[in-house]
Order: sequence, then structure tokens, then C-alpha cells
Amino acid sequence: MTKLEATEGQNEMAPDPTQPDSTKPNATRPDPMQTLRSVSDQQRSRLSEGWVAFATTVRREIHRVVRIWPQTLLPPVITTCLYFIIFGPILGDRIGLMHGYTYLQYVTPGLIMMAVLTNSYQNVVSSFFGAKFQHHIEEMLVSPMSSESILLGYAVGGVFRGLVIGAVVGVVALLFADLPIVHPVLTIAVAVLTSVAFAFGGFINAMVARNFDDITIVPTFVLTPLTMLGGVFYSVDLLAEPWRTISYANPILYMVNAFRYGILGRSDMPLAVAFGVLSLFIIGFYLVAVWMLRRGIGIRS
Amino acid sequence: MSITTPPALRLRGLEKTYANGVQALKGIDLEVHHGEFFGLLGPNGAGKSTTIGIITSLINRSGGSIEVFGIDTNEDLEGAKRLVGVVPQEININQFEQPLHIVAQQAGYYGIPWREARERAGECLRWMGLWDKRATMSRTLSGGMKRRLMIARALVHGPRLLILDEPTAGVDIEVRRATWSLLEEINDAGTTIILTTHYLEEAEALCKQIAIIDDGRIVKNTDTRTLLSQLVTETFVLDPMQALAHAPALPGFATRLREDGSFEVDIARGVGLNKLFHALDHANIQVSSMRNKANRLEELFLGLVEESKERAASTPRPNEVTS
Repeated sequence: MTKLEATEGQNEMAPDPTQPDSTKPNATRPDPMQTLRSVSDQQRSRLSEGWVAFATTVRREIHRVVRIWPQTLLPPVITTCLYFIIFGPILGDRIGLMHGYTYLQYVTPGLIMMAVLTNSYQNVVSSFFGAKFQHHIEEMLVSPMSSESILLGYAVGGVFRGLVIGAVVGVVALLFADLPIVHPVLTIAVAVLTSVAFAFGGFINAMVARNFDDITIVPTFVLTPLTMLGGVFYSVDLLAEPWRTISYANPILYMVNAFRYGILGRSDMPLAVAFGVLSLFIIGFYLVAVWMLRRGIGIRS
Repeated sequence: MSITTPPALRLRGLEKTYANGVQALKGIDLEVHHGEFFGLLGPNGAGKSTTIGIITSLINRSGGSIEVFGIDTNEDLEGAKRLVGVVPQEININQFEQPLHIVAQQAGYYGIPWREARERAGECLRWMGLWDKRATMSRTLSGGMKRRLMIARALVHGPRLLILDEPTAGVDIEVRRATWSLLEEINDAGTTIILTTHYLEEAEALCKQIAIIDDGRIVKNTDTRTLLSQLVTETFVLDPMQALAHAPALPGFATRLREDGSFEVDIARGVGLNKLFHALDHANIQVSSMRNKANRLEELFLGLVEESKERAASTPRPNEVTS
């Protein structure tokens, strides 16, 4: 789990020697309120203001991910590399072929997808809950930002982290296994949509969370088991009944298989169903998150 | 035909009942006029922060209406929010961000493009004397600097109404005085200010209009001068050259002996101090110093709150049987 920003980056800007060295309120400047024209006096459309507010949130979230890269980017890459080592040279050769692919080739799409979805989720849940915990979420709540801008701004941050990690893990995977990437556009589309769905899911988790335990419950007790049982390490065709039928209720199974189809050209599930499930989750989570924001659930008394 | 300017803030029947059943606000009616420096005073739990929270949309109201410069928040909340800046009671800055980023991001949330947002942020930080700290981590700032950073953040979009919830709580006297000067400067530039404070001297020094809130109701709302003129008596503490054994008898004045040998004198409004000095001369009491027993507004405040509580206690509840 990503810790709340315990260590942060170095200062980006050197002090400006041309400016007065004052640490006291400066009451001698000539009427600064003239410089700070009210936003209400400026002729900007609300659409343009909403776009700027959204872009500001995206910039802040991406800046956060990059600034604390040892916490956000490095650990999942190391963890996934360990999977490649174990399921490649150590165990993979003993397991043999799975549906005509080496075991490492077979599990790699699932491992990439696992990194994408968990990091998209964790980025949003930790960032938004951190803002709630420190109360600086109020900066956005008192502003004219729409609920949609807030949600999408955080979600793009989560998607950014998920996809960057997915890309890095994918590049590392190419060092261990030969991946044909049969349908590149489909592969990217599934990664993006899965990332969006889990970013929205992380947002909902953060909204209802009241303490740090609440943001670890879902990843530990829901996300990890569903991912492990979601066809990352095996084909559902190998399962006996009733486990095979039960597995069909796991949404992650569809996402992993759609992604595997994009890379290997092989899936246990119909592609249309996978996209249907993804769309359902994206729309459902989006509507719930916006409704919660508008009602102020977990953020307003 | 005269054109009437809408007030900076108009509250009508504002009510708030929390989920646990606590009725924090019981129908607040309030008007704050453009350009005013308005003080909202009240004891702990009176409803000050709840009122501020509702105005700034951090707390959902249970009833009533809010207008900001004539914009009804029920009809155009975003439009109303553009006109308001808020400095909350608790420190609520991102401890892991740099001041310049914090203030520039706030401008961005109001739709100000990044380049202009950074220029405005720089301007605000210079104004607050924080320019040299713009690139340091905000968690390393002192308490006073964090307060000023929150004021800079609240000003970056050029609000017409600035709301400050106890902005000088817990800061030293030097920072408090410097903050007062800043707030006066902001108000002089045309920004309407609403201030809640525990420091009654602060309200007396800054606010031209004061409302006192107690138990979720406004118990007084008038200008500071009128409020102070309602003082019936003022109490002074006098230090005699030689400690007294008992309270001196001064014709026309009530006196009480204090433990340290000094004594208190109540002086009715309209009675000149010369009369007191004459009485002291007549009683052959030499006085080395003299001071107000308490802040004048504090005396009045305590009296009004006490009066409000007595009135509430004497009002029969709906389910009580009265004879």
C-alpha cells in the first residue's frame, strides 16, 4: 500500500535574490488587490474555467506521482519483476505450456493488468484520502469546481500511474518473455478502460473511508483475492465445477482475459462480454462517485 | 429611481441539525453590507464555525437561504463561490506541497490559467511576506506563516467577500498585530470581511459591525460603537500606594477589595473620572496605577450571553405544562 507522502521531493525553485528578503507581512506594497482582479470580473466561460480546474488537478496529481516516484512507481515494478523471475526461469519451465504458450508468456498479461489496476486504485484512494485527512480537500470544495472536474482530475492521476507502471512492467517483461502483442490498439484500450474503472473505484473507497484502515480493507480483502482468482495465473478452463461458474462472477477475470487476448490473441472469455463488464463498471462507479460528491458523503457534515 | 446594491451576504432562516440530532443553528438571519468589516462572536459551540461552514459549502444546511452579492446559492452555487474566499480555523494546507504551488493550484481551481495563477500566487506570497518561503515544504513553516499562507490562498482569486474563522488563534501577539494590519489593508481595498474570533479585543479593534451568536441564534447585531455604548458600567482596578485592609467607602461608587490589596470601582456610564479622583482625594487614598478590569466588549459579551441563556431557560418548552 502506498504510504501517505512520508518523504517528498526537493525544492524545485531556488530563492530569487532580486526579491526583498522579508518574512513578515508586507503592508507597504501599493494596493495588491488591484493586481488581484476578481475572477468574477473576468470574461471566461464556465466551461473554460472547468477545464482549467480539471487541468490543474491533473497537473497536481501527475506531479505528485512523479515527485514521490520511489513510493509510487518503483515498488510495483520491483514486485512484478520478482514474479517474472519466479514464473520464468524458476517455476515456469517446470510447469510447461499453457494453451500453446510458455507459462511466463501466459501469466505476463495478467501480471501487467494486476499492476495497472492495483496502482490506479491505490493512487486515487491514497491521494484523495490524504487530502481528506489533511483537510486540504476543502481547497477544492470551497472553489467553484464541479464534482465531475474533481473526480476526473483524480481519476486521470490514477490512470497515469497505472499506465506508466503497466508500460514499465511491459518493457521489463519483454526481457523475460517473447510477447507478440497481436492487437496493440485493443491492448491499450483494455488497459486504459480497466485503469479508469479502478481509479473511480478507488475514489469511492476514499470518499467513504474514515481512517487509514478503511483504505487498506478493499485492496487487501477484495482486490487482491479477486485478482489472484481472476485468471492471472491459470486458465478458468482448468477449473472444475462449481469453481469455474463461480469465477465467471469475478469482473477481473474478463479484464485479464481481454488484455491477454490483445497480447497473445487468446482469451477464455468472449471479448464483447469483457467490454460490456468494463463499461458497466466505469459508468456505474462514475455515477456513484459523482452522486457521492454532490451529496458530500464522507466530506461534508 | 434608486438602485439598491445587494448586501455582500444575506442569510435567511439558516438552520442546521447534525446527524446526531444536535441543532447547531436555529434560524440565523444576518446581513453583511458591501465593504464592511463584520465580526461574528460567540462562545464555543455557539454556531460560528457551522455558519461559516454552511456559507462556504463545507457543511450542508438543513434549512434557510444564502445570498452572496445577490446570488442565491440554491440557484448558482458556483457563481457565489467565485466571490468568496475563506480562511478556516484549522490549518488545512497540504503539508507536502510548496507554498507557491498551493496558492497557484487554488487559483487554478477557480479557473485561472496556470501562467496567470503563478503570477497571482507570487503576488499574494509577496504581500504576505512569504515570497522567500515559496519553495520550502509548507510543513516546515511556522504557525504564523501557515496562517498567512492560508490568507494568501484565500485571496488569490480576488474574492469580494473574505471569511476568516479565528485567523489569529494560537499565534503570538506580534503576528496577530501584523495580521490585523493586513486585514485592515484588505478591507480598505474594498473587500468585505467577516471575522469570527475568540479575541474580543480583536473584534473591537477591527470590526465596525458585530453580531453575537449564542446557542444557534443571533442575540445581538449592531455596529461596534452602539454595542459598546450599551455598557451600563465599567469596572476599573486601582492600585493604592499602600495596600488596603478593606474596600474604601467612596460616595457614589461601588467598591470591592481584591486579594492583592488593590480594589475595584464600578463607574456608571456618563459619570466622569474626575468625580472618582475627587472622591479618592477626599478619602486620602493615593493611587499609583489604574486599568480596565476587563476588555469592554468582553463585559458586554458575557452580559449578553448570560442574558440569552436566562431567556432560554425561562422560555417554556412546548411539552412543558405551564400554569
